[in-house]
Amino acid sequence: MTFRPLLLARRATLTLPIAAFMLSPTLARPNEEVNLYTAREPGLIQPLLQSFTAKTGIKVNTVFMNAGLAERVAAEGARSPADVLMTADVGSLVDLDRKGLTQRLSSPVVDAGVPASLRDAGANWIPLSLRARVILVSKDRVPDVAMTYEQLADPKWKGRVCLRSGNHPYNTALFSAMIAKRGAAATETYLTALKQNLARKPAGGDREVARDILAGICDVGLSNSYYVGLMLSGAGGAEQKRWGEAVRVILPTFGDGAGTHVNLSGASVARHAPHAANAAKLIEFLLSPDAQKAYAEANFEFPVLANVPLNPTIANLGMLRVDTVRLSDVAAHRSEASMMVDRVGFDQ
Amino acid sequence: MGHHAKHYALVATAAVPALLVLAPVLGLVVLALQGDSTIWPHLATYVLPDALRQTALLLAGTAAVAAVAGVGTACLVTSFDFAGRRWLEWALLLPLALPTYIVAYSYMDVLHPIGPVQTAMRALLGIHDVRALVLPDIRSMFGCIMVMGFALYPYVYLSTRAALLMQSAEAIEAARGLGASGSVLLRRVMLPLASPAIGVGLGLVMMEALADIGASEFLGVRTLTVAVYVTWTTRGSVEGAAQIALTMLVLAFTLLAAERALARCRDQGGGAGERIPLRTALSGPAAALAALCCATPLLIGFVVPTLHLLVNAGIRVAEFGLPSQLASWIWNSASLATLATVATVSAGFVIAFCHRQVGGAATMVLVRVSALGYALPGTVLAVGLLGPMAWFDDAVAAALDALGRIATPSLSGSAAALVLAYLLRFLVIPVNTLESAYGRISPSIDDAARSMGAPDHALALRIHLPLLTPATAAAALLVLIECMKELPATLILRPLNVDTLATSVYAEASRGTYEDGAVAALTIALVGLVPVIVLVRGLQAHSGGKQRSGMSLARA
Repeated sequence: MTFRPLLLARRATLTLPIAAFMLSPTLARPNEEVNLYTAREPGLIQPLLQSFTAKTGIKVNTVFMNAGLAERVAAEGARSPADVLMTADVGSLVDLDRKGLTQRLSSPVVDAGVPASLRDAGANWIPLSLRARVILVSKDRVPDVAMTYEQLADPKWKGRVCLRSGNHPYNTALFSAMIAKRGAAATETYLTALKQNLARKPAGGDREVARDILAGICDVGLSNSYYVGLMLSGAGGAEQKRWGEAVRVILPTFGDGAGTHVNLSGASVARHAPHAANAAKLIEFLLSPDAQKAYAEANFEFPVLANVPLNPTIANLGMLRVDTVRLSDVAAHRSEASMMVDRVGFDQ
Repeated sequence: MGHHAKHYALVATAAVPALLVLAPVLGLVVLALQGDSTIWPHLATYVLPDALRQTALLLAGTAAVAAVAGVGTACLVTSFDFAGRRWLEWALLLPLALPTYIVAYSYMDVLHPIGPVQTAMRALLGIHDVRALVLPDIRSMFGCIMVMGFALYPYVYLSTRAALLMQSAEAIEAARGLGASGSVLLRRVMLPLASPAIGVGLGLVMMEALADIGASEFLGVRTLTVAVYVTWTTRGSVEGAAQIALTMLVLAFTLLAAERALARCRDQGGGAGERIPLRTALSGPAAALAALCCATPLLIGFVVPTLHLLVNAGIRVAEFGLPSQLASWIWNSASLATLATVATVSAGFVIAFCHRQVGGAATMVLVRVSALGYALPGTVLAVGLLGPMAWFDDAVAAALDALGRIATPSLSGSAAALVLAYLLRFLVIPVNTLESAYGRISPSIDDAARSMGAPDHALALRIHLPLLTPATAAAALLVLIECMKELPATLILRPLNVDTLATSVYAEASRGTYEDGAVAALTIALVGLVPVIVLVRGLQAHSGGKQRSGMSLARA
C-alpha cells in the first residue's frame, strides 16, 4: 500500500506546472482577437462569429454566463479581458451602464441603422435584436385574434392563464412598461387581478405555456416571440412542434393601442476593453444587414435594422408595432415591478 | 520543543485551505456592506415569511424522503441477502451522477399531461380528452420534494450503509444474546448506533436542497435561495442578495452546529469494531419484496430520468450525430474535476490529520470552517470569490510591477480559479469523511509509530493514508462527481472558450433545445458512473470478507 503516498506526491509534482500554466490566460494578448462575455447563449451566433473572423481576421473568444456577468467584469476591473458584453435583457444592459462597466460607442453605423427610440441616449449599449412579449391562446378553445395585455386580467380568463414566474426579467420588464405607462397603482391592481386568473402557480419557462395549453391546463398565456419560432421550427424536437402548433400567437398592445411590448438583446463595449476597436468592429458587423438577418434568424428574433427580411415563421406572426415607451424607462421601473410582484404574492 | 514547532507548522498548513473558505464569505460581506438596508422591510413583509416556510417544507420533505429511501435501502442491503443485492449495493449510488435540475426537467417531460405516462394512461382507459383525467402537477412542493428526495438519497444511503457495516460485532452479538432479533435488533440497536451517520447524510441532503436553484425555480418552489437570486438578477441588487445569502449562511451554520451537537450526544462510541456481516438470507416473496424496495428509489432517482435522456439523446444523435465539441467538454470536465479532487482531498487530509495530531478547539474551528463552502449556493460562492481573487491579482500585479515585469498572470478567469472554487465548495466532504474514519484508527498505532521515531509526515503518509484508503477513495468519488456536475460557479468563473459538460447542458437548456443537451447530460452520468463502479468494485475487493469499508461520509 505504500506506493499510494508516492503516487500522490508524484501527482502533486505533476500538478504544479499545470497549475502554473493555468494561471496565465492573459500572458499572450495578440491584437487580432476580441473577447466576448455573453449572457446570450453563444451557440446560436457561433456561425455569425465565424463569419466575422473570416471577414476581419479577428478571432472571437467567448464565455457564456448568466447571472454574474456584471459582477465578474466589475471584479476584474482594469485588468478585465472583456471587450464586448452581450446580454438578452434591457435591464441587464442598463445595469452594466449604471455600474460603469461600459464605454460609449459612437458609430455612424449605429446612428444610421438603429431607430432612436431603441437606442441608449448615452450610446453605452447598442440594441442588436428585439423580442416581443406575445400572448399565446389555444387554437381550439379561444377564438380571439386580438388582445391587450390588460385583457389578460379580465375575469373571463379566471383559472385559464399560464405564466412563468412573475419575477422573471421577461415578465418584470412587461410590468415595468405598464408602470411607466399607467402608474404604479393601476399596475398593482392589474397584477392582483391577473393572479386571480392563473390556472397554476407560476413556474417553468415560456415554452411550458404552449405545452400546458396543448395539455388543456390553461387557454392563454404570455411568451417571448422567439419561443414560437423555436417550437415551430422543430429545433427542439417533434414534441415541441406539437406545442407550437397548438397555439395562436397574438401580438398584443397595451390598452392605449400604441404597440407591443418588446425587450432587446444588445451589447456594450466594456469600459476597460483591451481591444476596444475590435469590439466596435464586432458590434458594427452585427448591425450589418446580412448579419442582422442571420443574427435575428438564429433565434427567431426581430432585427433592429429596418428593411431586413424576417424569418417566415416570425413574419407570419403579423406586423410588429413596437410600443412607444422608452426601454430605458422600462429598465428604471424594474425593481419597483419586482417588489410589486412580491406584494401581491404573484408567485405564491 | 521540536514537537511543538512541528505542530505549529502543521496547523499553519491546515489553516490555509480552511481560511481560504472564508475568502468568498469575506467577499460577500464586502458586497453586503456596500448596500443599504432599505430592502429589508420589503423582504421581511412580503418575501421572507413565505420563502422561509417553503424552504422549511422543502428541506423537511426532502430529508424525510431521503431518510426513508436511504436508510431503508442501507438496512436491506446490509442485513439481508437476496437476489440482486450485490448489484443493487453499488447501483443505489447512481442518482449521484445526475444533476438535480436535469432530473426535474426529465420528470416534467415524463409526467406532463401530454408526456408518455399520462398519454399511455389515457390510452389504457380509453380517454380521449386530455382534460378528462387530471393528475397532481409535478410543479408543486410535493413534486419538488419527490424529485430532490430521490435524487439525493444516496448521501444517506452511503453514510448509513457504512455505519451499519462497521458496527461492532460485540454490540450486535450481545443484543442477539439478549434475545433481540430482526426488526427489534434493527430498531433498538443498529439504527440508534448508526444515527450520527444518518444525521451526516441528511445534513448533506438538506444543504444540497437549500442551495438548489435550478430544480426549485423550474418546479415553482420559492425558497430562500430563489429569493437571493431574484434580488440579484431581477432587482439588480447584488448587495441585497449578499445580505440575504449571509443571513442564510448564519442560519445554515447554526443548523450544522446543532446537528453536530446532537450527533455528539447520540454518539454511542461503538466505532472500532469490524463485523463479519451476518446477513439473513431471504427467499421467495420476501426476497422479491426486498429487491423491489431497493430498486424503487434507484428507478425513480436514476433509471427513469436516464432512460428519458437516452431516448432524447438517441433522437438527437440519429439526426445530427454527436456534438462536435463533445470530446473537449469531456476533457475539460474530467481534467478540471480530477485536479480539483486531488487538491480537495489532499487539503481535507491535511486538515483531518492536523485535527488528529493536535486536537482541541483551534483545529475544531478549522474542521467547522471547512463546511462553510458547502453551505453556500454555488452561484453565491462564485460571486463572493470574485472580489478576493481580484484583490489577490492586484497584489500580485503590484509586486510584479515592482520587479519590472510587464505580463502578469491572473487568477481571475483562469482554470485555477475554477479548481479553487471547487476546493472551497467541496472541502467539507473529505474533511468529514476522513475525520470520521480517523475515529476508527486506534491512537495506540500513532503512539507505536512515534515511539519508533516516525516523524509526522511518515505517520501521515505511510501509516494513516494506507489505513484510510477506503475513506479517501469514497471522499474522492463524491468530490469528483460533485465537480463534474457543478454548474453555477463554473458558469461564472471559467476562462474564455472553456466549456464543460455541465455548462453545455445548461447552454442548451437555456435556449430551449433540451434534446441537444441530453447528450451532454447523459455523458455526465456516464463519466460519473466510471468512478462509482471503480470505487465500489475496488472496495469490495479491498475489504474482501472484512468489510472495513470506509464508504462513510463521516460522522460529524
